Formats: sequence, structure tokens, C-alpha cells
Amino acid sequence: MSQTILTATDIKKGFDGEEVLKGISLEVRRGEVLAIIGPSGSGKSTLLRCIAQLESVDSGLISVCNDVLVQNGPDGRAVYSSPEQCRKIGLRLGLVFQNFNLFPHYSVLKNITDAPVRVLQKSREEAVAAARELLKKMGLSEKEDAYPYQLSGGQQQRVSIARALAMNPEILFFDEPTSALDPELTGEILRVMRQLAAEHMTMVVVTHEMQFAHDVADHVIFMDGGTVLENGTPDEIFSHTRNERTRAFLSRFTE
Amino acid sequence: MNYQVLLTEMFTATLMSLQIFLFTLIVSLPLGLLVALGRMSKLKIVNLPVRFYILIMRGTPLMLQLLFMFYALKPLFGIQLDRVLAAEVAFALNYAAYFAEIYRGGLEAIPKGQREAAKVLGYTKSQAFFHIVLPQVIKRITPPMGNEFITLVKDTSLAQVIGVVELLKVTSQWVSSAVDMTPLVIAGLFYLVMNGIVTRAFTVLENRLSYYQ
Repeated sequence: MSQTILTATDIKKGFDGEEVLKGISLEVRRGEVLAIIGPSGSGKSTLLRCIAQLESVDSGLISVCNDVLVQNGPDGRAVYSSPEQCRKIGLRLGLVFQNFNLFPHYSVLKNITDAPVRVLQKSREEAVAAARELLKKMGLSEKEDAYPYQLSGGQQQRVSIARALAMNPEILFFDEPTSALDPELTGEILRVMRQLAAEHMTMVVVTHEMQFAHDVADHVIFMDGGTVLENGTPDEIFSHTRNERTRAFLSRFTE
Repeated sequence: MNYQVLLTEMFTATLMSLQIFLFTLIVSLPLGLLVALGRMSKLKIVNLPVRFYILIMRGTPLMLQLLFMFYALKPLFGIQLDRVLAAEVAFALNYAAYFAEIYRGGLEAIPKGQREAAKVLGYTKSQAFFHIVLPQVIKRITPPMGNEFITLVKDTSLAQVIGVVELLKVTSQWVSSAVDMTPLVIAGLFYLVMNGIVTRAFTVLENRLSYYQ
């Protein structure tokens, strides 16, 4: 069994008194693909955003590669590690957004090379070579001088995946990466993600693509109302669920 | 009317107008950004005084502010600025308030996903601000900034109320002493030329920033 690289235990998070995450726990092992499914508003994206440090948790423990990002203090409320530690952990995580969030004033190549150069202090030559390699993999070699507005949604999302990969993250998070795309472009992105899975990239994917979750994920979590209702293999969740709520949710996809 | 003397005096006075124009920009462009950030701060102790400052600057006549800066600092604080410096400080403080509101509009128009993407990629807050957010803000605020620059060229003429010898002051002296309207026409042309250059500069800037959307 390979090592656990992400642990989240009993994560709680509220917005203005309303609890959005009501004690979520999960584990991800190296090379594994975890799919998080569930209805809109179930807290899936909030969970990802908490782990990616875009939101702060109210209580719970998160650790990455055995480094603690946040844990409960004596009063049971979350205490974050030092800013240096949080930053170090953040650099091990990549995040692909639903609406890409490419930098519009940078060319495709600059979008991918800027962070490695500015943040990781790589040489420009090294960063450019790595970016070209990634663009080739994404089938976008001829687009390196284009600007984001000149690209289709699917191309933009592939650039944003390349941008995340250029930082060599240990884990790559996807927050509904295909929800802003039409079915044809969705296929493009799912192909790229399948390829990454085949290369044993560790991924946590919040998605409404049930077929993808079924085929590619090693584990699936079904969330509803801020809790994990089920956690199992795709087969357990999709074919043999005993949970009424899961079955009701999934039936809408199989009809 | 001795046109050579007239033109020489008008050119000299124009240099004074330009000096006020440039000083105001050099101070108020960065100051306005700080004011905008203060205005957007979630801390009441920061944003309330800043809002009050903006209210005063935009809510009272610029001419009053010029008079205040020259005549009122002495009785209040024992500070006497010379005429030109008083004018420059008054202009800079006033324009910083307007620039701040323009910056704020630009800053609030940048989707928060841009900062989030930068954060996840490991940019520090200041890297994200200066390399990701600010360039996009500058593109968005170029047209309203052009308006303000043009207004400032003309507003420099207000400095004459505290005795600064700028272009329109010299012009009106010539007009009243010689009973000849020609200097008014010439002054109008001077302002037009200055604003023609400002307009051209902004067109060039907008074109240079049009490589992305």
C-alpha cells in the first residue's frame, strides 16, 4: 500500500453561521485518483478550497505529506501552522478551476512559465523548455504565443492544467473542471485527465462527470449537505450502493 | 502689442502650468492607489478616515482647497507654503481622491479568481498585486484616467487664485491691460496643444494595451 499524502480529518467550515462542511474526513494516497461527487451546494468545492487554502477551516486537521497545515488547538478551534509552513504546503498542491482563471494579459507560454520563474526561481530557459513539453502533451504546441481570449474553453482549460503541472505539484485538485464546457470540449479535458491518471498523478476531482468518476477514480466520495454520505470504490458507490440518497442522486445520471 | 514679449511670457507661464501638472501626477498617481487600498480596507479605522478624506476632496471646490492650502495652514498649524508648492499640494491631494475612486473601480472589476489562481500558484500577495492584478487594472482605467489628465491640464489655471503666475493668469493680465483678445485665442491654442498631446499619449497607451481582452 502506497503512502498517504493528504489527510483531512473532521473538517468543519461555516459561512455566516451556516455550516457548509459538517465534519468531513478523507485520505488520499500517492498516485490515487479520488473523485468527489454530489449535488450542488453539498460543500464539495468548499472542501477543495479549504485544502487549497483559499478558505480557512473552523476546525479539523489537514496534513500534506505528513506536514500539518492546520489542526485543532486546545479550545477545539483550528490553528494554522506558520505562514512559511502553509506556503510550503501550498506549493505541493495544484488547483484547476472551473472557469480556468488564466491570466489574460499573459501569453499561453507566459501563463505557464511565470510562476515557475517568479515563485520557484527556475531559470527562464528551464521553465520555457518544461512549458513547451507540457503544451506538447496538451496538444497546444502551436498556441504558445496566443492569448487566452483567442482560445476555446477547452484549450484554455488545458493551458490551465499545464500551468498547474508546471509547478510540479504532488497533488492536483480539479474543481469541476468541465462544468463551463460543452460536451465536446468536456471530452478533451477528460482525455487529458485520464492520461494524467494513467501516469499516476495524484488527483482529487470534484466532478459531475459520473462516467469519468466511475472509470478513472480509485475512490469515490459522495457528499451531500456538508457531510460524506459514502466513501468507497467506484464499484461500491455506483453499482452496489445501499444508501438511499446516493441511489436517488445517481439514478438521474443513469436514466 | 509686442507679440514677442507676449509669447515669451506665455511660454514661461506655460512651463509653470506644466510643472503643476507633472508634480500633481507624480504624487497623486501612487497616492491615489494607496487611498484606493485604504478605501477598500475592511478595517473601519482605515476606511472611515479615507472615506472622509475622499468626501472632502470631491465635495468641496478645488478653488477653496487651493485658498485653504495657501492661507489657512499658517493660522491653523503655523506652516506657510509658498504659492507654487501650496498649489501643487492642493492639486495632488484633490486628484489623489479622484484617482483613488478610479483605481477602486478597476480593482473591483478584476475577478477574484485571478488572485486565487495567483495564490494557488504560490505568488506572494505583492507579486499577485503588481504582476497579475495591477496590469489588468491599468488597462481598464486608461479611458477614465485620460479624462482626468485632460481636466488637470485645464484645472492648473485655478492656481492663479493664490497668485501663481500660470498661463491663464498671464493671458488675462495682457487682455485687460492691452484691451486685445488675441492672447485669449493664443492661450486657448496652448491648452489645445497640451491636451492634444495628452490625448495622443492615451491613444497610444490604449493601443499598446489592446493586445489582450
